Amino acid sequence: MTHTGMISVLRRAGLASAVAGGLLFAGANLAQAAGKAPTPPSQDWTFSGMFGTFDKGQLQRGFQVYKEVCASCHAMSLVKYRNLSQDGGPGFTEDQVVAIAAEYTVMDGPDEFGDMFEREAKPFDAFASPFENEQQARASNNGAYPVDLSVIAKARKNGPNYLYALLTGYVDPPAGEEMREGMSYNAYFPGYQIAMAAPLFEEGVEYTDGSPMTVEQYAADVTAFLMWTAEPKLEHRKRLGFQILMFMLVFSGLLYLSKKKLWSEVDH
Amino acid sequence: MGGNSTYHFKNPVVRWFDSRLPMVSMVRAQLVDFPTPKNLNYWWTFGGIAAIMLVVQIISGVVLAMHYTPHVDHAFQSVEHIMRDVNYGWLIRYIHQNGASFFFIAVYIHMFRGLYYGSYKAPREILWMLGVIIMLLMMATAFMGYVLPWGQMSFWGATVITNLFSAIPFVGPAVVEWLWGGFSVDNPTLNRFFSLHYLLPFVIFAVVALHVWALHVPGNNNPTGVDVKSGKDTLPFHPYYTVKDLFAIVVFLALMMAFVTYAPNALGHPDNYIPADPLVTPAHIVPEWYFLPFYAILRAVPDKLGGVLLMFASIFVLFLLPWLDTSKVRSATFRPLYKIFFWVLFVVCLGLGYLGAAPAEGWYVIASQILTAYYFAHFLIILPLLGLIETPRPLPASISESVLGKGGGAAPAAAAAAPEKRG
Repeated sequence: MTHTGMISVLRRAGLASAVAGGLLFAGANLAQAAGKAPTPPSQDWTFSGMFGTFDKGQLQRGFQVYKEVCASCHAMSLVKYRNLSQDGGPGFTEDQVVAIAAEYTVMDGPDEFGDMFEREAKPFDAFASPFENEQQARASNNGAYPVDLSVIAKARKNGPNYLYALLTGYVDPPAGEEMREGMSYNAYFPGYQIAMAAPLFEEGVEYTDGSPMTVEQYAADVTAFLMWTAEPKLEHRKRLGFQILMFMLVFSGLLYLSKKKLWSEVDH
Repeated sequence: MGGNSTYHFKNPVVRWFDSRLPMVSMVRAQLVDFPTPKNLNYWWTFGGIAAIMLVVQIISGVVLAMHYTPHVDHAFQSVEHIMRDVNYGWLIRYIHQNGASFFFIAVYIHMFRGLYYGSYKAPREILWMLGVIIMLLMMATAFMGYVLPWGQMSFWGATVITNLFSAIPFVGPAVVEWLWGGFSVDNPTLNRFFSLHYLLPFVIFAVVALHVWALHVPGNNNPTGVDVKSGKDTLPFHPYYTVKDLFAIVVFLALMMAFVTYAPNALGHPDNYIPADPLVTPAHIVPEWYFLPFYAILRAVPDKLGGVLLMFASIFVLFLLPWLDTSKVRSATFRPLYKIFFWVLFVVCLGLGYLGAAPAEGWYVIASQILTAYYFAHFLIILPLLGLIETPRPLPASISESVLGKGGGAAPAAAAAAPEKRG
C-alpha cells in the first residue's frame, strides 16, 4: 500500500488526515534526528553586511523562478502582490504588479446572492496558493506537505546558505543508502532523504536579461527572493540601523564628555 | 520615602501642592539630592539600565498588543502582519524581541554585581529578595511572551514547561489541565498567556518600586562595601549619577539597537518562524538563552520531580543567600578567597548555560550534574564555611579614604589594591 493509499484509507476510517500526516512526519523526524547534514558553505549575498541591499534584478529573476517552479507546489500566503512594488523589493512598477496579479484567480464572496465567485487577483491579494488546503497538498505530493515559503529563509538555521545548498545539493545517493519510495537524496537535507524532487534544471527557466541559466544561478536568485519575502524591510532596517548607531555614538560621546567634566571636580 | 518636607519652594503653586501631596519634595529628596556613594563604578549602572529596559518593553509591548491577535489560527499571521504591514511594526517587534534578551543581560549583570560586592548583606536583605522576586516575575513574563508568536518553539516550549507541573504528586495532572484550560496547549492556553503577559510587567513595575524604596532606606552599597560614614563619602544623585547612568544607558541601548537592526534574529531560534504544529515535534526543544542554565539544572536530574524541584531550588537558594554568607565583609575586593569562588561560580553558570543548549545525552548530562552540584555547593557549603576560615584584607576607614588613596600618596594598602574600581 502506498502512503497516499494509506492516507485515504485512514480518511475513510474517520481519522483526521492530519493525524496521518503527523505520523509520516514523525518518521521524517526520526530520520532527521538520526542524520546530521553538513554545514552549508557561505555564499556571497548582496544583502549581507551592514550596508547590504537586495539586487532588484536578482529579486525579479528569483520571483520568476518561484513563480514558474516553486509555486506549483509551495504557497507563499504572507506575501501580497502589492509587496512586489514596495520600496526595498524587486522594484516592479504598479502596472506590472496589476498585470502579475491578473494572471491568477482567487475565490471571493459571498456576493449579494450568497454565492462564492472567482475573480482576477488584485494587488491587495495574497499570493494565490497552489492547493486549497494542506490535505489537498499532501494528497498531490506523496503525503508530504510543501511548506509555505513566506518566511522560510528565517525558519532554517543559516537560512539563505542552507536554501542555496539544498537547491544545489541533489546528488546521487552513496552506495548502500536505502532510498524510501518517492524520496530524493540531498547532501544538505537533514536525514538526506527529501520528499521534494530536484526542482531546478539547466535552462528550465527562460531568463530575458542574459543571466546564465544554470542551476546555481536559479538557486541564488530564488534564495535572494526568499530572503526578501522573509525580510521585506531588510534594506530599511539596515539603513535606519546605521543612522541610529551614528546618532547614539555622537550622543554617548557628548554624554561621556559631560560626565568627565562634571566628575573632574570630585575625588572618586 | 516622602515624609515631612524640609524643602521650601519659592513657587506658591508648587508650595501649595507639595504641602498637600509632598510629591515634589519626594522627587527632590530621592532623585535629585539623594546622597550616593561617590565611588560607584560602572557595574552600578545596570540597575538603572534594567529599569529603562522594563520601560522599553512595556511601551513596545503595549503597541504590539494593539496589532496582535491571540488566537491559534491568527497569532502567527498577526505577528507577520506587524512585521510587514504595520508602520515600523518590524522595528517595534524586533525591539521587543531583543529587548527581552537585553533586559535579562542587564539584570544578570546587576545580580552578579550584587554577588561580587556583597550587596545582599545586612541591611539590604529585603532589597535583594525583592530583586529575586523581580527575576522570577521576569522569567514568567518572558516565557509567556515567547509563546505568543505561536511558532514551533512557542508551542513546544509551552508544552514542555507546563508539563513540569505534572510532576507534582497526586494533583500534578489536574494542575496542568487547569493551567492549559483544556487537555493540551491550545487556544485557551494562548489566551491566558497573553492576558498574563500583559499583566505581569505592571506587577514587575510595582515590585521595582518596592525595590527602589528598599534601596533608598539604607542607600547604595559601594565597591568597598564600607558604610557611608559622612557627607564627604557621598554626592547628590543628580547631576553626578543621572549623567553617568544616562551615558551607560545610551551605550547599552546602542548595543541593543545593533542587534535589532543588524542581527534581529541572532538570539532567537529559527524554528519559531515555523507556525506551531501540535503533530510535529522539533528535533531539539530549547528555551531562550536566558533560561539555559536553569534548563541544564532541570535536565541534570534523571527524575522529573527531582529536576523540577532542583530547578526551583536553584532560584530559591538566592532568597537564603543573605544568611548563607557568614562573612561580615561585603566586598569581594577585600575577600581574597571569595573573589576566586565568585569567578568560579560565574564560569559554572556560563557552563550550565552551554550545557542547557546541548542535547541531554552522554557526557553533557554528567557535566550538567557536576556543575549543578557545584552551583548548590557554592551557596550551601562554600559560602557558610568561607566566612569562618577566610581572613579578609584590612578595610579602608571610609569611602573617601579609599578614594584619596587611589590617587597615590598616603595610600592604605587595601584600598590601593582595588583594581576593578573605575569611573
